[in-house]
Amino acid sequence: METLITILIGVLVTVAVYLLLSRNLIRVILGSAILSHAIHLLIMTMGGLKKGDAPLLGENSNSYTDALPQALILTAIVISFAVTAFLLVLAYRIYKETGTDNLNELRGFNDE
Amino acid sequence: MKINDVILRTVTRIVVFIILTFGVELFLSGHNEPGGGFIGGLVLSSAFVLLYLVHDLEWVQKGIPFDFKKIAALGVLLAVGSGIGSVLFGGNFLEQATGVFTLPVFGETSLYSVSIFEAGVALTVVGVVVTIILSISEDV
Amino acid sequence: MMNNIIAFPMIIPLLTGIILVFFRNKVIVQRIISMISILATLGISIYILQKVLSNGILRLDFGGWLPPYGILFVADSFSMLLVVTTLVVTAILLVYAFSSIPKAFEKMFFYPFLFFLIAGVVGSFLTGDLFNLFVCFEVMLLSSYALITLGGRKIQLVESIKYISINVLSSWFFLLGIAYLYGSVGTLNMAHLSMRVAEVGQGPVLTVISIIFLLVFSLKAGLLLYYWLPGSYSAPPTVVAALFGALLTKVGMYAMIRVFTLIFYHEPQITHTLIGIMAVITLIGGSVGAIAYNDLRRIVSYNVIISVGFILIGLAVSTESALQGTIYYLIHDMIVKALLFLIAGTIIYLTGKTKIEKMSGLIQNYPVLGWMFFVTMLSLAGIPPLSGFIGKVYIGQGSIEAGAFILLGIGFLSSIFVLYSLLRIFMNCFWGETIISVEDEVPIKKGMIVPIVLLGILTFGLGVGVEAIAPYVSDAANTLMNPQIYIDAVMKRN
Repeated sequence: METLITILIGVLVTVAVYLLLSRNLIRVILGSAILSHAIHLLIMTMGGLKKGDAPLLGENSNSYTDALPQALILTAIVISFAVTAFLLVLAYRIYKETGTDNLNELRGFNDE
Repeated sequence: MKINDVILRTVTRIVVFIILTFGVELFLSGHNEPGGGFIGGLVLSSAFVLLYLVHDLEWVQKGIPFDFKKIAALGVLLAVGSGIGSVLFGGNFLEQATGVFTLPVFGETSLYSVSIFEAGVALTVVGVVVTIILSISEDV
Repeated sequence: MMNNIIAFPMIIPLLTGIILVFFRNKVIVQRIISMISILATLGISIYILQKVLSNGILRLDFGGWLPPYGILFVADSFSMLLVVTTLVVTAILLVYAFSSIPKAFEKMFFYPFLFFLIAGVVGSFLTGDLFNLFVCFEVMLLSSYALITLGGRKIQLVESIKYISINVLSSWFFLLGIAYLYGSVGTLNMAHLSMRVAEVGQGPVLTVISIIFLLVFSLKAGLLLYYWLPGSYSAPPTVVAALFGALLTKVGMYAMIRVFTLIFYHEPQITHTLIGIMAVITLIGGSVGAIAYNDLRRIVSYNVIISVGFILIGLAVSTESALQGTIYYLIHDMIVKALLFLIAGTIIYLTGKTKIEKMSGLIQNYPVLGWMFFVTMLSLAGIPPLSGFIGKVYIGQGSIEAGAFILLGIGFLSSIFVLYSLLRIFMNCFWGETIISVEDEVPIKKGMIVPIVLLGILTFGLGVGVEAIAPYVSDAANTLMNPQIYIDAVMKRN
């Protein structure tokens, strides 16, 4: 199971890198979003994909899943959500101001 | 652009309440089962976003006359405040308390102070999500 | 043991930021609240610093979960010194903001974002948990994203997209490092990590993980991977640029120093050598940049990069006196970089130009500003009795002890480049025939010159009164050199 997930993470990272290297702003943002998800999966895999019960109080079970990676992922998801949302708003504002979302065309504004 | 969306409007009128109820349900069930402030808040905000999609901004603003930025601030205030509350009672920062109370309608109920924190999280999520959606859609 | 007080330097700015959101349109109220709050936080932080010196390292377990299970705040002398300096600099920058930030910005949540930024910076200094460090970094970075785009001028938006995308990417790398570290040693509490890493030995896998962290923190600190820095630090308003120049890179450096003195200190011939090489390249690149440009803001930004390289020489060497020098220089650099950015911003405000060859003779119109720039220049170059001197002496002494003569030579050579680049500004902008006639002279606002003078006094005072902070610095360096002190303080049961 871990091997399978690791391959999946690899695929996601490949996609993310491809998107991040493109010139289109929206693709860069999508790439960063996909990369974040790949890493969330990685955290989960690193914690071990055990078949335990939910780590909640009041249940009598022999094995519990490691709760920490899930807590980390929840926090990281919230953060990646906020960052992606901010980036989308920013990309939209840049498009409104400059009329382009091609990063190559944005370079000219460097030196006024 | 005038589209005849009478079905969407009618359905929304009912579905919004179902979504809101489901959001509250998720929020409350967060103590013992999967759920909690964050996804509860996301579901709640999806109801508001649906309203904004179906009707125009002014129409919703009339019905829900809140500034969602302030709701987000209120949420964070509640969450941080619940942490400081435990300091006032002589505990560690963010320490939570629990107790069993007998309430008139519900009978014997266990209450958790972490609910206040979760309520703050839910409010923050609602405020932030709606603010983001509004700031993108404002000038289209 | 209840140490709730050490959460307050982060909680008060956070609460203040929230409360200020409700006073969006009442600018005066916002200013009063923010000033009171920052001074109160400063008072509390100084009290904690005092307490740390007398009682040893303090820790606070959030929600009463004992380490290594819960998240926690740890206050040692190193972090508290940086917290106090952060708050002093912010308080002074606030005064400058009152007179220079347009009303429209103040209503667009400038102060709330500033306070969230401070909360993130202070949280990063105080946290004792690697994941919490990530969260505090993100609080700080998200506020900095908002601050850098505030106003939404075209150049700001275009520069900020680089800043934001590179930082987002490095944040995900940070998370990647955290995931691998958790997978290999099964904990994220820094003290516990240090114990576990020492137990299993820092093998190749852990060294690779440590290099991931090195990469992440050097992106944030501007060590070698600094190409995003000059552009994004020259786009935003003066106060924001000063805040970034003074604080943001320092947080990255703090994290790097903490991680490589507490957790990954077993393989210095790999990691610390790498840091040394990166520092040298940074120093060279920064020096070239600082003398190559004619744009005032670019020169100032490249000076930030030079100081990053210089400070991390101390970490690369990692002897006790070098670390002392690093701490002195960090404190000095926070103050003096804020000063440098403020002066540069004020010059641009007064003349409306950014190219140095288009200005001349400003010292005749604004003598105080001119002389303050002169003081800044000397302080950055490390001339006694100003604050830059003591840090350079200690770093130099540490390098000699460790026999790192190349680092030493390049570090001191860079001081000459700093001096030259700033002297060029001084000669071009302040010396010579004045270009501004008396009637065209834009009066300099009191609210602008007062913070500049205050920071100038501070850099002088820190140089002369270095005895006053010496006990804190030597305690901090001692803790950095002996991770066991930190571990014992965190892991002890009460």
